[in-house]
Amino acid sequence: MERKHITLPLTEELAHSLHVGDQVLLTGTIYTSRDAGHARMCETLAKGERLPFDPTDATIYYVGPAPAKPGQVIGSAGPTTSGRMDAYAPTLMSVGARGMIGKGARLPEVVDAMKQYSGVYFGAIGGAGALLARCIKKSELIAYEDLGTEALRKLEVEDMPLVVIIDCEGNNLYETGPENYRKDRAVL
Amino acid sequence: MREIQISQITDVIERLCIEANEHLPEDVKCAILKCRACEDGKIAKSVLDDIITNYEIADEEEVPICQDTGMACVFLEIGQDVHLVGGSLSEAVDEGVRRGYQNGYLRKSVVKDPVRRGNTGDNTPAMLYTEIVPGEEVRITVGPKGFGSENMSAVRMFKPSAGLQGIKDFIIEVVRTAGPNPCPPMVVGVGIGGTFDKCAFLAKKALMRPLDVRNPDSFYADLEVEMLDQINRLGIGPQGFGGRTTAIGLNIETMPTHIAGMPCAVNISCHVTRHKTAVI
Repeated sequence: MERKHITLPLTEELAHSLHVGDQVLLTGTIYTSRDAGHARMCETLAKGERLPFDPTDATIYYVGPAPAKPGQVIGSAGPTTSGRMDAYAPTLMSVGARGMIGKGARLPEVVDAMKQYSGVYFGAIGGAGALLARCIKKSELIAYEDLGTEALRKLEVEDMPLVVIIDCEGNNLYETGPENYRKDRAVL
Repeated sequence: MREIQISQITDVIERLCIEANEHLPEDVKCAILKCRACEDGKIAKSVLDDIITNYEIADEEEVPICQDTGMACVFLEIGQDVHLVGGSLSEAVDEGVRRGYQNGYLRKSVVKDPVRRGNTGDNTPAMLYTEIVPGEEVRITVGPKGFGSENMSAVRMFKPSAGLQGIKDFIIEVVRTAGPNPCPPMVVGVGIGGTFDKCAFLAKKALMRPLDVRNPDSFYADLEVEMLDQINRLGIGPQGFGGRTTAIGLNIETMPTHIAGMPCAVNISCHVTRHKTAVI
């Protein structure tokens, strides 16, 4: 299947051009954050303070990378389960962070927020940490260093292979993918 | 009586932690390749190709296959004619894990308290299982276990009247509920029998058995084949994007149980099901 090249930032226009099941190669700047980092970002916003990065049209990658070996940009860096960030994702979308990269199911509240703010949920292959690390050309620690692997990093990625799991109209590959497969094969 | 220095155990565990995280076992690779050959889902094929490329990169560059380098599950089968000398066994095991995760640039993913959290910083303690067996050898298996899949596992205490059908339905229910979360294609470990805790242990132990080795009891060997086939009719597919390959393997371990019960545990693992064994 053809993979579509896309370049960040994830503007509203770009978001609307992406559809469920699209296989893309993503290039640009993304930010890493998972459980503890999300909790801290939302506390910051609740206090009326600014995030350590500009969230406008930003994309957040749910990942806790392995440490880099000498000479490496970053260690293995595949996605973590996105559902644990569901409590925070709508708040981050409300300040402009439109893109999410992870794996696994999302709650209806997240999908509703995606429809409201033109969000896109991309899937990276869970467990393909070595492959995905190769797409990361630069990694810079920008905040929350005390959180170790959960710290906030700014990454420059090139041709990162992703699939649009949920598009900004709320179409969900986790529903349509298996459904279409079963229908095609009439296996059940 | 054979004397074994405890420091030898530390050295072996350090090495196994690193090797298990960088090199996928051959049986798991074979199972993935076999499934790729049968896969007919659109996106599914390219996902499996990327999964294959990923473990090849890990082999070649000696980097972790997955960034979740897991909790270190350590299985020790200690011969009853072995005398371990030179220190505490559990400290020696933890020291091996500490060194392996530090020197192997593996991710430290353990918190010191389940509720109050706080990373221990060195991936200790290990999840240590010891068994005393006949002989004068120590057999060590390290199985790093990621939590994307661990979180989707389940235990149920069945009434005996639920019968085989109850077990079958439960396995399917757990896999279906897990859906895309445990990074499918999955490996499914099933424990049946024992007590509440023992059947969970059996399910974990089932994940350590090579995927091409069937249960020696033909009743359970047939059940393994049947359940894997049923799971691969669900359509979940690689990463949950739809396809045939929802699981690449299913192993069942059993033991006797009480007249009043039929415990069953399903331990979900992913396509990065790691285990490495050495014998001292």
